[in-house]
Amino acid sequence: MIWLDTLVQGILLGGLYALFAAGLSLVFGIMRLVNLAHGDLIVFAAYLVLMGVTLLGLSPWVAALIAMPAMFALGWLLQAAVLNRVLGKDILPPLLVTFGLSVALQNGLLEAFSADSRRIPVGALEGASLDLGLVTVGVMPLMTFASAIVAIVALNGLFYHTALGRAFRATSDDAVTAGLMGIEPKRVFAVATGIAMVVVTLAALYLGMRANFDPSIGPARLIYAFEAVIIGGLGSLWGTLAGGIIIGVAQAAGAAVNPEWQILAGHIAFLAVMLLKPRGLFPRAVD
Amino acid sequence: MLLETRALTANYGQFGALFGVDITVAAGECLAIIGANGAGKSTLMRSITGVIRNEPGMVLHKGEPIGALPSAEILKRGIAMVPEGRRLFASLSVEENLLIGGQARKASGPWSLEAVYDLFPILRERRKNPGTALSGGQQQMVAIGRALMSNPELLLCDEISLGLAPVVIRDIYAALPKVRQSGAAIVLVEQDIGKALAVADRVYCMMEGRVTLVAKPAEVTREEVHSAYFGVAA
Amino acid sequence: MYRLTTRTRAGTATQIAVLVLVVAAIALPAVTSRGVIQDLFFILTMLTLAQIWNLLAGYAGLVSVGQQAFVGIGAYAMFAGVILLGWNPVPASLLGGLAALALAVPTAFFAFRLQGAYFAIGTWVIAEVTRLLIAQWKALGGGTGTSLPREATSNIIGTDAIRALFGVREAAARDILAYWLALALVVVVTGCIYWLLRSRLGLALAAARDNVDAARSVGVDVRRLKWAVFLIAAAATGLTGALIFVQTARISPEAAFAVTDWTAHVIFIVVIGGIGTIEGPIVGVLVFFALRAALADYGSWYLMTLGLAAVAVMLFAPKGLWGLISARTGLHLFPVRRRLAGPKIEGGN
Repeated sequence: MIWLDTLVQGILLGGLYALFAAGLSLVFGIMRLVNLAHGDLIVFAAYLVLMGVTLLGLSPWVAALIAMPAMFALGWLLQAAVLNRVLGKDILPPLLVTFGLSVALQNGLLEAFSADSRRIPVGALEGASLDLGLVTVGVMPLMTFASAIVAIVALNGLFYHTALGRAFRATSDDAVTAGLMGIEPKRVFAVATGIAMVVVTLAALYLGMRANFDPSIGPARLIYAFEAVIIGGLGSLWGTLAGGIIIGVAQAAGAAVNPEWQILAGHIAFLAVMLLKPRGLFPRAVD
Repeated sequence: MLLETRALTANYGQFGALFGVDITVAAGECLAIIGANGAGKSTLMRSITGVIRNEPGMVLHKGEPIGALPSAEILKRGIAMVPEGRRLFASLSVEENLLIGGQARKASGPWSLEAVYDLFPILRERRKNPGTALSGGQQQMVAIGRALMSNPELLLCDEISLGLAPVVIRDIYAALPKVRQSGAAIVLVEQDIGKALAVADRVYCMMEGRVTLVAKPAEVTREEVHSAYFGVAA
Repeated sequence: MYRLTTRTRAGTATQIAVLVLVVAAIALPAVTSRGVIQDLFFILTMLTLAQIWNLLAGYAGLVSVGQQAFVGIGAYAMFAGVILLGWNPVPASLLGGLAALALAVPTAFFAFRLQGAYFAIGTWVIAEVTRLLIAQWKALGGGTGTSLPREATSNIIGTDAIRALFGVREAAARDILAYWLALALVVVVTGCIYWLLRSRLGLALAAARDNVDAARSVGVDVRRLKWAVFLIAAAATGLTGALIFVQTARISPEAAFAVTDWTAHVIFIVVIGGIGTIEGPIVGVLVFFALRAALADYGSWYLMTLGLAAVAVMLFAPKGLWGLISARTGLHLFPVRRRLAGPKIEGGN
């Protein structure tokens, strides 16, 4: 039953990657923006939550809840003041700007928090596990996966059943015509990035509670997240979950064979999907 | 005056498209702008709706300069557009396409989802379909309905008959009197001279970025229109 | 009577100035300290990487975030040549170029199926995969890395002659050799890029950036041209990587495949200097080095400043510092634009 255990652990790990990726997927789907600072923003949010816990003595959940509006504001501001100015047909300017932000953010965090590994303390929950008969699963991975599902259901609800979501989709289809309908694409983009940062905070909470983190780990999270988004297909949030699960399972399987192969196996799964389906598994929109 | 352009000029890079265009639209009026391909009609619409930004004073809405405002602001002032080529949102259903037309401007008026469905009953049947899965004529109905949803004081229609079968064009034009009854002024941009003259109170003819004729349909001869349209006597 | 030319007075002056500079640079080790030579080696190798990335992203539209794959594989192939085959480090560097070329073939096969952002991420993932695979290579130190053996570094081809010529120690002689090789590499790479941009192929590349069909109408198969540019760029990057690690004589997967050092910094150099020009990377590398020198004592502040500077340049001067200079003065040191030359046309201005 080792393979079943590996499969289950992999799927649950995929939940974490889907959380990393959900915000990216939303932003990428709406404005084709490649935010290379996404991973570093997750790490930044993790430090924000950690500060709430250590400085204010809050529980991690409350700290994350407080960090969410702050991160929303940060995302809104980032989009309105910086990213909106470089969005356009050419993908190079936003790519370069977010790369610059990524390096600046990494080194800013290094200056502020040093290179030491940190962790958000969660007490008894940390080692807790649940015996499901055939397999035993950790409570924390299970909660991560459940949170990913909740986040995706919520984002999908927003996307498909609200006026704001309508504006998101319309702007994504055709920003000029959306403007003729009274929708300001730049404002829509700012709100979308703000929402993405709320999801990033949730991802950061689990990142920080499950494992050690330091200022340098952002880019690797960005790659996992992007792989999940691309595997899933542009604009499909459930596809992003599927992408996260594929990477998670591949990593778990790789690690089961040889612990050094964990990350490698995830990347190879991504490359394989890209070779077979260059537009991802469930592409919604055309890019 | 509801809308006015004053010496409106526009260019794409180094290419001039409009050279000092003056038009006026009174409240409740139906205006037709006719002209051949490349006459500058669509550029005029794009300038009025803020897709192309101009000097503020080149476009006036109730006397206020709006030439430099973005599209979204223009819509909120009650000027709605049926763009050339319909431009429905592909990821939105018919109903969502209609709803999005009305969500940015909260103005009271006769138009609602139900009123649009009454105007174009076929859309009620197709409301769950993706907007782009419809026939060209039905898509045009959605585009008109979408613009009406904001209860505009001025409805700009850019080439609403282009590429449609005559019988379909007839259906769409049949809806225009009901739009007028609701009090909205209409600007029809048309290549079809006959259609335009039949419904408009006044007609502007454009050629090569300039207005070449302003007249009431009843007071103008066929020859005058032709020479203004083609630049040669017919 | 009329002909198209890219020749300008500034361009000709540049050619002469470059010639003088290169001769002076060759002679430089006779009069300066080892520290200066090391700094110049760093500047020259970064400039080479920047010119190559500028060619890829600025001209060919290939926005790669995975150039560290080629630096790393080039460096490791050089190490393999020295440690496993017993080669001298200098010829082993050629192996580095070849290895990078070999890696570029599957990379291009894979990445060219992807568009835009997907291409960028795809190349990055390939670099990560290469790094992780190389880290499994126990003969070259696995994940922790290894050093060049003493006997290999002590008799690199040509160092004896340099020791005799300048009367320096062995380590300094190695630096001088590496510096000369870096100088040769940057001149050749820049020269080739300049030649390419002035040729019909360069015109096709420029056209392809805007419109693939337009480029096809020039009569050039853009896809094949992009393949060629990508492969040659990879080989040159691999050579540069090998050379960098000949000089440091110590390697690890983290250092050889560092996305920050070999891609992020290189991108910042190009962006700050001005993307899409040959002058840009030159200006950029000088700014980069000056920043590094000025902020060396402030740790991570230097990288933070660099990142923010790149952001600021993209926002306020998207054509970079050289773009500002060029717009203000009309100066083009490496002119690639075609102008009509010949007698003045009557009535023209």
